[in-house]
Amino acid sequence: MITGLTWLLACQLVGEVLVRLTHAPVPGPVVGMAVLFLLLHVRRAGEDATVVRAADGLIRHLQLLFVPAGVGIVVYLGALRADAVPIVVALVGSWLAGLAAVGWTTVLLERFLASRGSR
Amino acid sequence: MRDTWDWMVHSPVFLVLLTLVGYRLGRELRDRTGGHPLAQPVLVAIILIGTTLSLAHVDYADYRAGTELIAFWLGPATVALAVPLHRQARRLRGFVVPMLMAVPVGAVVSIATSILLVRICGGDELLARTMAPKAATTPVSIALSEGIGGLPPMTAVLTIVAGILGAVAGPAVLTLLRVRDRRARGLALGAVSHGIGTSRALVEDETEGAFSGLSMGLTALATSILLPLLVAVLL
Repeated sequence: MITGLTWLLACQLVGEVLVRLTHAPVPGPVVGMAVLFLLLHVRRAGEDATVVRAADGLIRHLQLLFVPAGVGIVVYLGALRADAVPIVVALVGSWLAGLAAVGWTTVLLERFLASRGSR
Repeated sequence: MRDTWDWMVHSPVFLVLLTLVGYRLGRELRDRTGGHPLAQPVLVAIILIGTTLSLAHVDYADYRAGTELIAFWLGPATVALAVPLHRQARRLRGFVVPMLMAVPVGAVVSIATSILLVRICGGDELLARTMAPKAATTPVSIALSEGIGGLPPMTAVLTIVAGILGAVAGPAVLTLLRVRDRRARGLALGAVSHGIGTSRALVEDETEGAFSGLSMGLTALATSILLPLLVAVLL
């Protein structure tokens, strides 16, 4: 477990340092994800790798890690009530529009590319 | 007695314990209800903890500082999403082009509709700036909100609510929209509901979860690049 977590933190640190050096507009952990993906690929890591087991353990409880930020909603309940209409409409409307845009664009492009490839 | 009580409710030991217990009860409720979509552990935990804090008169700022230990692991957990992706790596073949086009399209739609809908419904410019980055995952949306002059802590809350919306309703809405391909479903969920949507996607299907995690990363990148441009044009 500790060895696996060490790998995860090392990848995150590499990501954070790369982001700061290049001023890239991406979060460090996302670059760390790319670094770990490449490492796993190059080393052909299997299910028994320590980092794989540690990662599965953390991901299983991903929702827990959002709780501290989420509890902040109690502070904003007053503000949310005052602006309830624009907040609810924009949040739900834009969430739905984004979901449909990505889902449909992906499916249409897949179909388009598949039909072009099979011709 | 009073001093000890005050010390206790503000100590990280109590606050971290409270968080773990709230989350544990949330998981219990999910299992008891046979995985009812509304019984998302994060949602149940937020309600239980929020209620407890207001009853015990603990400020949110104190709670947040005391639970830094838990929030810290969000970074390594994001890195960890490389693992499900690694398992699904061969399914990336033939999918790279649709993915790299759909994610920026999604980011533009998310940002533009956030800003326009807030303005149409009578919200002020500050609210529009606070709402605009909400599709990107929390650490990113907070930083972006600060950069464009929104209210970062409120952006964090809106981001979490968008995530919970995805965990609760995402799979059902995607089915209604007739998006059946596992990869496309994951991509869509990750693009609007980041890590919280990803955690639900992982429960649904490994492929869906892997692509949701990937989409979360790509959306963070696309939103970071596109947000300042769209804000300049629309506000």
